[in-house]
Amino acid sequence: MTGEGIVGASVPRKEGRDKVTGHARYVDDMQLPDMLYGATVRSQVPRGKIRKITFGPGIAWNEFIVVTARDIPGKNVIALIAHDQPCLADEVVNHPEEPILLLAHSDRHLLPQAVNAVSIEYDQLPAVFTMEESESHSEIIWGADNTFKTYLVEKGDVDRIWERADYIVEGEYRTGAQEQLYIENNGMIASFDPQQGITVWGSLQCPYYVHKALMALCNLASDKVRVVQMETGGAFGGKEEYPSMIAAHAALLAIKCGRPVKIAYDRMEDMVATTKRHPSRTRHRTAVSKDGKILGGEIDFTVDGGAYLTLSPVVLSRGTIHAGGAYYWPNVRITAKAVATNVPPHGAFRGFGAPQSLFALERHMDRIAQVVGVSPVEIRKRNFLQPGQTTTTEQTVREPIDLQQLLDRALDLSDYQAKKQRFAKENAMGTSRKGIGIAAFLHGAGFTGSGERNLGSLVSVEGCADGKVRVLVSSTEFGQGTKTVLCQIAAESLGLRYEDVEIAQADTNEVPNSGPTVASRTVMVVGKLVQSAALGIRQTLMASGLLGDSYSAEEFRSACRSAVATRGQFRSWARYEAPADVFWDDDKYRGEAYAAFAWAIYVAEVTVDLTTYSVSVDDFVALQEVGKVLHPVLARGQVAGGVAQGIGYTLYEKVIWQNGRMQNGQMTNYIMPTSADLPPIRVFFEELGNIHGAFGAKGIGELPMDGPAPAIVNAVEDALKVRFDSIPLLPEDIFDALVPNREPHAAGGVR
Amino acid sequence: MRSNPADYQLVAPSSLQAVVSLLAAEPGAWLPIAGGTDVMVQYAAGKLPPQRMVSIWNLPELRRIEVSPDEIRIGAGCTYTDLREHESVQREFSLLAHAAAWIGGIANQNRGTLGGNIVNASPAADSLPALLAYEAELVLVSVRGERRVPYKDFHTGYKKTKLAPDELIRTVRLARRFSGHVAYARKVGARNAQAISKVCIAALGRRTGGGVEDIRIALGSVAPVPLRLAETERLVTGKPIDPFLLALARKTAIAEIQPIDDIRSTSRYRATVVGNLIAEFLEKLRTDEYHP
Amino acid sequence: MTESSSSGNPALSQVSFTVNGEWKTVRVYPMERLLDTLRHQLALTGTKEGCGEGECGSCSVLLNGALVNSCLVPVLQAKGADIVTIEGLAAGPQLDRVQEAFLKCGGAQCGICTPGMILAAHHLLQRKPDPTIEEIREGLSGNLCRCTGYIQIFEAVAEAARHRAAT
Repeated sequence: MTGEGIVGASVPRKEGRDKVTGHARYVDDMQLPDMLYGATVRSQVPRGKIRKITFGPGIAWNEFIVVTARDIPGKNVIALIAHDQPCLADEVVNHPEEPILLLAHSDRHLLPQAVNAVSIEYDQLPAVFTMEESESHSEIIWGADNTFKTYLVEKGDVDRIWERADYIVEGEYRTGAQEQLYIENNGMIASFDPQQGITVWGSLQCPYYVHKALMALCNLASDKVRVVQMETGGAFGGKEEYPSMIAAHAALLAIKCGRPVKIAYDRMEDMVATTKRHPSRTRHRTAVSKDGKILGGEIDFTVDGGAYLTLSPVVLSRGTIHAGGAYYWPNVRITAKAVATNVPPHGAFRGFGAPQSLFALERHMDRIAQVVGVSPVEIRKRNFLQPGQTTTTEQTVREPIDLQQLLDRALDLSDYQAKKQRFAKENAMGTSRKGIGIAAFLHGAGFTGSGERNLGSLVSVEGCADGKVRVLVSSTEFGQGTKTVLCQIAAESLGLRYEDVEIAQADTNEVPNSGPTVASRTVMVVGKLVQSAALGIRQTLMASGLLGDSYSAEEFRSACRSAVATRGQFRSWARYEAPADVFWDDDKYRGEAYAAFAWAIYVAEVTVDLTTYSVSVDDFVALQEVGKVLHPVLARGQVAGGVAQGIGYTLYEKVIWQNGRMQNGQMTNYIMPTSADLPPIRVFFEELGNIHGAFGAKGIGELPMDGPAPAIVNAVEDALKVRFDSIPLLPEDIFDALVPNREPHAAGGVR
Repeated sequence: MRSNPADYQLVAPSSLQAVVSLLAAEPGAWLPIAGGTDVMVQYAAGKLPPQRMVSIWNLPELRRIEVSPDEIRIGAGCTYTDLREHESVQREFSLLAHAAAWIGGIANQNRGTLGGNIVNASPAADSLPALLAYEAELVLVSVRGERRVPYKDFHTGYKKTKLAPDELIRTVRLARRFSGHVAYARKVGARNAQAISKVCIAALGRRTGGGVEDIRIALGSVAPVPLRLAETERLVTGKPIDPFLLALARKTAIAEIQPIDDIRSTSRYRATVVGNLIAEFLEKLRTDEYHP
Repeated sequence: MTESSSSGNPALSQVSFTVNGEWKTVRVYPMERLLDTLRHQLALTGTKEGCGEGECGSCSVLLNGALVNSCLVPVLQAKGADIVTIEGLAAGPQLDRVQEAFLKCGGAQCGICTPGMILAAHHLLQRKPDPTIEEIREGLSGNLCRCTGYIQIFEAVAEAARHRAAT
């Protein structure tokens, strides 16, 4: 495939053959000579002072490497936004499963018993487990007031709208924690050499996050820390910040013993000890006119950040900015906060705050529709953002997005109107009820506001001796197609064949910092830089007289070979520059929040079985405008996978907490959908282009996470005429609503 | 993986005789392991105390199904796949065939055994209600010979059975007299595959002019042991199936079970769902044609 | 090989079986998981560990033609068996039709579930050469995928079935 037609085609996945033959190398597939295995001794209490550590009998302790906080060469901290999270707890613990000390041994089978044999005594302190307990300040567990971060967004004059409202609609909506459940557990291998420094190989999304964390922890200069990403078996945000912690642990053990150390979690440790999606609570109070127009409202958005700050301010930020969704709010006040509790810190998970606030909003829109007396379709149409209008942060919609038309198309694809009528009729009898529900939403791609400018992402493309070009980015592949799409972009930009472009392994010794692989920014932001850098290669060849204005792929390769022969391998660079006319006010939280929004309408059709109170999703339509589809198979795969996780988030995945610890940390009792549980997920795209994205692409990785929960719960309410404002929504919850406790033995059913 | 393989012994004698001799030589010292779908999970979780184990996987004496005119004899070492693929089991013992299909995923069906399901004695075990409904008889074997125990007497309490320390289950015997019954089996779990049941029902019955006959209602996950609802069965026998009967059956059933709140579900949910399932069964009994 | 005679004293056993057509002998603790034997003794790291509890299917292999979760098989029970892992599916550079279909249809994203999933699909197609969508769902219900939502995996299996029918 040459030149035009690479972008937009479903070219073979760059690392696909390795994946289907079992040759792809994940961290646990790698051994180093003389390697030891590491394990972590963790807190069994939610909060307290460490009083005494005893190494129990029956273990040959002299064979073990032991690392405590005292062994940390640099700062005992996992450097991220704040410096509050220790790498190893020293005097106090603030959550169950907090790491306290590390062990290593050459026989990995000896470690679990050794871990169990370390007994730790604590002077326990009162712990806080819910947002409400945290807010009450009955116990201060973090900072001055348990609050990691707050935001205030104000637009217009919210205090004046209540007196002219025809309706005031209120609601409170909650979402629970969700485990990313990548099928490959977290793992790292570290190796230390006094001259070279630290090298880590692992399952990770952001090599430079790990790099930065290890520099501070080990007190090493930038060129003495090397981070290499291995094939990564799923991430979804769960390997955005957490890998810094496990890398730090492996590094400390390696430094202590001078031998390579591998730490690979088993499923239970990974589930109970690592990050999960932030639980949330959103309160809406909305002033609505008689004809169903939003006059304005107050939105109070709170997330539970767990015990340390980690990424909570950023999750909160995205949730805050998305809280108003795809609608026009002439007046709004959004108050947001992230609070501390004594559970393992919550972290990044696909969607990153937006699934939480959008769940609330889209449920609330259905409520507003009921109060006003119009349909869920109508209420949305009357309030959709239109080109030229501003969002809640006063960002003007500058593209010709027609949400009414998008909604109409989704309704058509899902046969919404006919089904809604049919279900209403058929639901009068029988042992099941059917319903259909909508969610309309948007998702901003790239870092918020000045984030991309602050990142200053750097990308390089290299001309190689064999005439191929090589892309050098710190953006990682973990299933979403990074390697494939970035190579497509370079190939198409240069008029080369897809096979002529390669991409380097994400190794901080090799690749520049193009920013983390998060926020749906890779194709859009990094891709555009890859395009620039690629064109820079061509520029160089042309300026050297080796390439004419038009050329074949073979001529390009020949020119490249010549250039390398004479001057060696050469690189072209591109650094992110923020568009000049884009402004963002970090204090007022106002302005251009994102370079681009993707827009979507999702429709879920459900059956509620009144014998078992379980919900099955029978059909799911996912329609989204994404700028441009660069790879149809990959794009469709992203949406289908995201919808599947969204269905899990809504109907299956519940974290059961007790004293701050997850009780169901096994695949047998933390329930994700199997192939027997999911509906046909029907995916459709529209393309309006995007001047800020490579080939017009917008980010799409996280968008699919925002729609399923509200669409499904809206459908369940349509089926049962009962309100549910909290997810996950399990059969037991539906049962409790349909069969209240005063009638324990009544036949379950809808009156 | 939280156990150390070095702490365990495993031997694999090639005959049933050799296994029972080993068990007899040191009763209680050897833990039998068949397909491993329960034991190996505990082992990996660090919950299996280091011990000596004897493999009974794929012993030819245990892994066969024999059909004679009056009964079918299923070797305790038969896997769920063996059950699913056997024509007589499919045709005449659909409750058991269904249960075998419920058990998590093809890979686990290829290894999990009927005997293992019985001896592990989880109240949530998928195949046990079917065995109760069919009034299975177990043949237990040791060096002392064989003895028969009605399956309904086999469980004596939560995870406790009548199996002696030197015994194995050899065969499960089912009388071939149920193909005329209406059969109803349903498992309620957290998802459609790979789920431990919240409630599980296996029921049989016939309907004649006079009403319900030869009814069997067996449940899992609602008591420390799998349970046949003797009172409910007695109550509905000989009666016509109408809304009064359904309500009475529900109430009686709920009184017979002891559901709990646990990590999977709640007692209240289980109780009501049991009532719903029984109502669904009786409805099916009322409307189904006679199946030869 | 040393066999300890006193009770409670563990010993290594010699266990032999065929893996991907080759006869192998390993010296292992009999209760070592077949998964670990394959990955560590035989360096066949294509078979993965996702859960250690027989729920995710990443460790699936074919044991005497039957799909099993190798994390639940003590290696001693594999004595004399014929084992096929993902590495053994493709005969040389030519990929198996299921592997080709996964590549074409987007059946593999992060790839960690892929070896087990491909073997499960292969196992299904051997028994049901022209499976319905319900049979595909059931055949793969013991293999969890977190990336794809299964849609493109179903399509890959259907594509592989068509390919077999066509040849």
